[in-house]
Amino acid sequence: MAATTETQQALKEIGGDYKHGFVTDIEMDVAPKGLNEDVVRMISAKKGEPEWLLDWRLEAFRKWGKEEEPEWAKVHYPAIDFQDIHYYAAPKKKDGPKSLDEVDPELLDTYAKLGIPIKEQEVLAGVMGSPNIAVDAVFDSVSVATTYKKKLEEMGIIFGSFSEAVKTHPELIRKYLGSVVPVSDNFYATLNSAVFSDGTFVYVPKGVRCPMELSTYFRINTKETGQFERTLIIADEGSYVSYLEGCTAPMRDENQLHAAVVELIALDNAEIKYSTVQNWYPGDKNGKGGIYNFVTKRGACRGVNSKISWTQVETGSAITWKYPSCILQGDNSQGEFYSVAITNNMQQADTGTKMIHIGKNTRSRIISKGISAGRGQNTYRGLVRVMAGAENARNYTQCDSLLMGDKCGAHTVPYIEVKNPSAQIEHEATTSKISEDQLFYCLQRGLTQEEAVSMIVNGFCKEVMQNLPMEFAVEAQKLLGISLEGSVG
Amino acid sequence: MLEIKNLHAAVDGKEILKGLDLTVKAGEVHAIMGPNGSGKSTLAYVLAGRAGYEVTEGSVAYDGKDLLEMSADERARDGVFLGFQYPVELPGVNGMTFLRTAANAVRRHRGLPELDGIDFLKLLRQKASLLEMDDSLLKRAVNVGFSGGEKKRNEIAQMAVLDPTLMVLDETDSGLDIDALKVVSKGINALRGPDKATVLVTHYQRLLSYVEPDFVHILARGKIVASGGKELALELERDGYVNYVPEAA
Repeated sequence: MAATTETQQALKEIGGDYKHGFVTDIEMDVAPKGLNEDVVRMISAKKGEPEWLLDWRLEAFRKWGKEEEPEWAKVHYPAIDFQDIHYYAAPKKKDGPKSLDEVDPELLDTYAKLGIPIKEQEVLAGVMGSPNIAVDAVFDSVSVATTYKKKLEEMGIIFGSFSEAVKTHPELIRKYLGSVVPVSDNFYATLNSAVFSDGTFVYVPKGVRCPMELSTYFRINTKETGQFERTLIIADEGSYVSYLEGCTAPMRDENQLHAAVVELIALDNAEIKYSTVQNWYPGDKNGKGGIYNFVTKRGACRGVNSKISWTQVETGSAITWKYPSCILQGDNSQGEFYSVAITNNMQQADTGTKMIHIGKNTRSRIISKGISAGRGQNTYRGLVRVMAGAENARNYTQCDSLLMGDKCGAHTVPYIEVKNPSAQIEHEATTSKISEDQLFYCLQRGLTQEEAVSMIVNGFCKEVMQNLPMEFAVEAQKLLGISLEGSVG
Repeated sequence: MLEIKNLHAAVDGKEILKGLDLTVKAGEVHAIMGPNGSGKSTLAYVLAGRAGYEVTEGSVAYDGKDLLEMSADERARDGVFLGFQYPVELPGVNGMTFLRTAANAVRRHRGLPELDGIDFLKLLRQKASLLEMDDSLLKRAVNVGFSGGEKKRNEIAQMAVLDPTLMVLDETDSGLDIDALKVVSKGINALRGPDKATVLVTHYQRLLSYVEPDFVHILARGKIVASGGKELALELERDGYVNYVPEAA
């Protein structure tokens, strides 16, 4: 077919450098390479953790030693030497920053380079009258700036670094930590449980509607430092919270391991909306470097009428292994998963969700959009499980794949397990190409090749993008175009 | 405005245009008629710079510039507009966003300030009303679920917003009922002007009774085989192509 040849020609590479490739020079406090009980104890001691948490870490470490790295995902990478990684790195500080004045100016400069919107920089810089976005900045492993805390505190909302919450709200941490993702859940989650450095803790009390989007920027900065964030979000009865996670990292040659764990808990009539835009360094055109992202994200709709909604835009990382899931335990609870995953050049993504229907009248909705370009490999892997007691469970799944060129791959692997005859499960899947007709139509109206691809791809992803909060949507739309820059010539 | 000399073009290695000459001056409307497979659409695509339509010989000058040296999007920004025979659907792409992006690309090229959402909406409403288009059509995804007539109106509305210099309309009349044809023709006529030129590619004389051409050309086997005034179109309507294309007999 002529169109296929033309498409190939149209998609030849033009290169394009990763915008965020820079390294911030801040003195680090680094653990020696490798992992053993002493390192786990050191991490715990550095953070001044209570005995029970150290024991929890040690239990995880011992279990990790017995677990195997999962091999079922459709991703290929050289074996990771887990003894060749630093498991702790923190910006050096005296007593911890008491105000933003103590924050390293270079860090603020870094945010500027990252293109973090000026308004959010103002929030970070503590400018009066800046808008209602609370930013808890995770710089490497330790949170160095928390803003808007006061305002949230007045409403009883706790939003801050995980280690701080261990000190201030140990009872909540102890009750919920590991309750959604157990210590021995999977190889990476277990590793994270043993060595997690820091992360974010959110608690929204009964009946409180969080008035602002909570936002966190994760950055990976230290050479060869694995990152092991831990996030725990609890929405108490009748509460609502929307949480944004956005990422970008400096350019590196070494592969960087990232194994975060995110746990969400929604109690009766509570709702959590969790949005991610992930733009970590994907490696170069030949697959050198790039982040390995092995993340465990799971939410428990524990209460009746509770709702958890995941929206993710995954454009970065060399390898993405990620399945934000919902356990629909409460009757009438709802789970949603909206995903855009782009793989360009040598990127590989194996991502999807699990919807576990336990309660009665539980509903789930899965919309997945995979875009493959270059030699990228993109796999949707999803499980819909309806347990015997889940009367009248409903699921709707739609998986669409878009291919650019003929050297990439799109794979759809749905698992459906139904143990209750009243369930209604729908699954739709499509695979298509950006057609030469569409590209030419856009060009003929004056759009450049890149604007055209960006527009067509954003159209393809519309159902997902419209679920992002406004602040994120604009950024994410641009990101889709930028991520595919190398794929059009 | 447009000077085509000895144009040869091939698609998939097969020569379709075989030495076509055509000169279009500013202010003129030229109709290109011809039987199926004569190369009408190929000519339209070659002028617009579509990939896969390879020019093997000849030259095309546009406004004194070498058109063939320009990429498809450069031509569009420089004022060459192609009205598609089959307008393409862009699922999920909002019609207003699409057209505003295009309009601003053209405006930047012309050194004009970009239009913000409000000013663009004003311009769009004004142009759309000329084509008796419903607002809701403009808010939907580009061409998705449009009827044949709606698609063609949308093409002309886009043309009106982009305000091109050279308009190449490829069978814009096909699939239109008589009322839609009148509306679309009105839209085309409104864009005629002393510094603009139009090339109408059509099968039928019908369109030409609403958009009156200055010249009519018959394209057969990749060449212009006859040229004349509008009376030539009427002759074709009466006798068919038999006098110009022996195999049409």
